[in-house]
Amino acid sequence: MNKYMATFIQDNLEEILNKWQEMMKEDSEERFFQVMSQEVIDKTSREFAELMISNLFEGENNYENRLIEFTNKVVRFGWSISFVMKAINHFAHIVYEMLEKNETITDANMKEYVMVFTNWTTPMRDGILETYAKTWERTVQLQKIALQELSASLIPVFDKISVMPLVGTIDTERAKLIMENLLDGVVKHRAEVVLLDITGVPVVDTMVAHHIIQAADAVRLVGAKCMLVGIRPEIAQTIVTLGINLKDFTTTSTLQRGVEQALAWTNRKIVEVEVD
Amino acid sequence: MGYRSSVEILTEWDIVAARQLGRNEAKEVGFGTVDQARITTAISELARNIYLYAGKGKIEIERISEGGSYGIIIIASDEGPGIPDVRKVMEDGFSTSGGLGAGMPGVKRLMDDFKIDTVLGEGTVIKATKWIR
Repeated sequence: MNKYMATFIQDNLEEILNKWQEMMKEDSEERFFQVMSQEVIDKTSREFAELMISNLFEGENNYENRLIEFTNKVVRFGWSISFVMKAINHFAHIVYEMLEKNETITDANMKEYVMVFTNWTTPMRDGILETYAKTWERTVQLQKIALQELSASLIPVFDKISVMPLVGTIDTERAKLIMENLLDGVVKHRAEVVLLDITGVPVVDTMVAHHIIQAADAVRLVGAKCMLVGIRPEIAQTIVTLGINLKDFTTTSTLQRGVEQALAWTNRKIVEVEVD
Repeated sequence: MGYRSSVEILTEWDIVAARQLGRNEAKEVGFGTVDQARITTAISELARNIYLYAGKGKIEIERISEGGSYGIIIIASDEGPGIPDVRKVMEDGFSTSGGLGAGMPGVKRLMDDFKIDTVLGEGTVIKATKWIR
């Protein structure tokens, strides 16, 4: 039965593909069919059809491998998952209708054919879902690592002075990381002054402020001073309106002024030298 | 009723999504950078309260206009435990979670109009309005 279907699909491939493309265009909002040239669409459709046919031979050797290959390829097409599901459904639907029309499928053997179709499409759907989920999980995992690498490293800029630039949203997890890196760094670099730069923090709400205040307190406990720099005007206004008390802090608008202040605290300054 | 968009608050990262939505809406309505920061911060506080105390809920942003002036309403709704003592919550420095306790009174100061509807055991709806000056 499967072999017959495969031959049938191959023999009628043009017709099936035409119908399928029409259905897909009608049904989906996917940009794929609107943006791509007809040539690309034809090529991809053909490839997709071949994959569909190759999956008809269930039970044959390396079916599993082929399925994995199939899903990987489909995922690489860059189609959205709902689009792929639709593509499979429509394809199967068209084949079924055509078989019904030429009376291969009759009332007598309908049940059997439904089973064949189910066995044909279900593993594909499952496989695709799994591959998509895996791909996403991997992406999220990698981005999480990338984000962690980005966040919160303490940079020694002068003897006794270190800077921690904070970029992006501070959530509970990052706040913990900031605190750890800050304290580790202060001890490791023997910093006396630490500058927390919040130029890259989009929103300073009470939670972020709370974490900053706690971090500064902890820094004080290990014997260093903490300064908050990079406070943009609009952030300054919201902090005041919120009623957050940062009076125990030395704060400056820019990192540059912060560094000057820190140098002053450690009895140093930057001077211009004349060159003759 | 004006144009309305919403974000479900289920995880900590949804707070960021709500904030982003609020900032974009505020920008499109025509708020300046300071007011954008105020609105975004207010959303951040309200969304965090939902996340911390109710577990899940929703932040909606509605555009409004009245007699030629434009603004937005932030509607934070949840089906959490409700607030036992609203007056206490509005006091500066009151917090049950070890925070700064500046969130709710802060939001009130950040926005032009602020309303709490809360029923114990049923949930809370907070509406905060800001107009363009």
